[in-house]
Amino acid sequence: MENDRSAVSFRPDDFERLPPPSAVDAAIVRQQTTYWKDVWRTFRKNRTALISLLVITLLILMVIFGPMLNEFDYRTNDYSAINQPPNAVHWFGTDNMGRDIWTRVWEGGRISLLIAVLATLIPEVIGMLIGGVSGYFGGWLDTLIMRLIDVLMGIPSLIYMILLMLVFGSGSVMTLIIAISLTGWMGAARATRGLVLQIKARDFVTASETLGAPAWWIIVKRLIPNTLGIRVVGITMSIPSVIFYEAFLSYIGLGVTPPTPSWGQLIKAAGENFRYYPYQFIIPCVMVGITMLCFNLVGDGLRDALDPKLRG
Amino acid sequence: MGKYLLNKVLIAIATVFVLATATFFLMKLIPGDPFASLKTKAAVQEKQREYYGLDQPVAAQYVRYLGNLLRGDLGWSLKKAGRSVVDIIREGFPVSARLGLTSLFFSVLTGLLFGILCAQFRNRWPDYLLMLVAVLGIALPSMVLGPLMRYFFGVRLKWLPVVGWGTPDKMIMPAIVLGLGTVAGETRAMRASMLGVMTQDYITTARAKGLNRAQVVLRHEVKNSLVPIVTGLGPGIAGIMMGSFVVESMFLIPGLGRYFVDSITNLDYPLIMGLTIFYGAFLVTMNLLVDVVYGLLDPRIRESGRKKVK
Repeated sequence: MENDRSAVSFRPDDFERLPPPSAVDAAIVRQQTTYWKDVWRTFRKNRTALISLLVITLLILMVIFGPMLNEFDYRTNDYSAINQPPNAVHWFGTDNMGRDIWTRVWEGGRISLLIAVLATLIPEVIGMLIGGVSGYFGGWLDTLIMRLIDVLMGIPSLIYMILLMLVFGSGSVMTLIIAISLTGWMGAARATRGLVLQIKARDFVTASETLGAPAWWIIVKRLIPNTLGIRVVGITMSIPSVIFYEAFLSYIGLGVTPPTPSWGQLIKAAGENFRYYPYQFIIPCVMVGITMLCFNLVGDGLRDALDPKLRG
Repeated sequence: MGKYLLNKVLIAIATVFVLATATFFLMKLIPGDPFASLKTKAAVQEKQREYYGLDQPVAAQYVRYLGNLLRGDLGWSLKKAGRSVVDIIREGFPVSARLGLTSLFFSVLTGLLFGILCAQFRNRWPDYLLMLVAVLGIALPSMVLGPLMRYFFGVRLKWLPVVGWGTPDKMIMPAIVLGLGTVAGETRAMRASMLGVMTQDYITTARAKGLNRAQVVLRHEVKNSLVPIVTGLGPGIAGIMMGSFVVESMFLIPGLGRYFVDSITNLDYPLIMGLTIFYGAFLVTMNLLVDVVYGLLDPRIRESGRKKVK
């Protein structure tokens, strides 16, 4: 049999030269899709998530510009206009000290959202760096950091937060952000480490190592950017929980101090008089509700868009 | 299994120790002297400091504090004269536990049911409706939901008592307010887990055997989707515990959560410290139990270490 094969001979016209590759064949006609474009394309199909994103944008605009739309400021009392229901002058009415609720709601939203965004991003960055270092170097350092995180995560974060607020002295926005940040980085670190472990064996990391890139550069420029896509869902989902923490701490008297408003503060203050002045309570509640709902829905939409298993 | 458990127990012990230490030193950092504000003579204040051991170096105080902790002595409340922290826990904890268990039961059951229905009607209206209800549970934190429910069911409709404790009807509203936050998480976990199970080959086999839909769902799908519900119990218990601070103050329930909030408002430091450690230790224990159950349920962990014997 083997001899048969070697006996096969070719004639010159058995082979034909291919035409030279033409530009038309080789060109990629459709526009190239980047990762984020692809995510956006899936995300856009999810109408609930898209509407939620629009609502969040609107809320952010209102929080920035809302207080400028009328002549009142958030701290000036007007004792001739106490507890007024919503009307033409005070669009959302006034509170028990005659302060304009429209202004206070948006001003409070500014503070609540500021806390929410900063107290989400700061621990996320800390967690990413720690998780990146832990995952990239591995070995005893990794074991040490992970055991530490195991231990710290066992402590309920709210209890930690309460202790820190007592120590730092409650009241300022900065203290709240620090307290929430100090308790929130562990989850991000653990998630990032897991992702880094998967990514660090990939060829592009080896390529960077071969080219002599220092470890910090690989972690910050190669590993962490590649975890961001998956972490985005976690980041979106943690904003509502920070808004909840703020409202919670305000409720038990450890939030921002009056007269500075925050949504939690407004809810707490108005909750006592809910029966008599329901609008004072319901308006900030609706704001908190909408914000938490929208961030959750956007997070869900992103999760679906990012997870190839759920696509389609 | 043995190694897995040992690891978990060691971490739990370390967690409680770190919490106790952190609590002690954080409390030391708080500025102010508990006796300085009292209008007593300097000599008397000196005696008081001596009596409470506050004249000794911090290290000595720390050792004494750890010793007391090990003996189960959490100190005395500053503001509730003559009451020890342990007394207060003994009085408040059963109340909180009853409320917490009721609402945990409610939330797990609801979450389970919602999750099953969502998965069975995937991407049809029952799925969207139930997910919306579940997500609303997240969007309406207890400090919002509580007053609203109290107003409608208590004041307007007069179906349920507005505040109080003692009779079963007084527990319905607080338990729902407390549990609704965790329903969303349970629903989501159950839905995702069940969707994963539904595409498995053994489900096709079960159908091919000729089992009807109810049998497939109950005997095969639900049973195999339960693991995430068990792991979700840990965060669920933590969420309910935190919620109890708000709900117990709101509904005037004489539980531990309300004492904790009061102790923060009154700056009753020994009570804050004692309750912090108690809550921490309690949650760590609960998580440990969840881990054990999880280990028993998951054959990969249950069987680990046995292979070596073979």
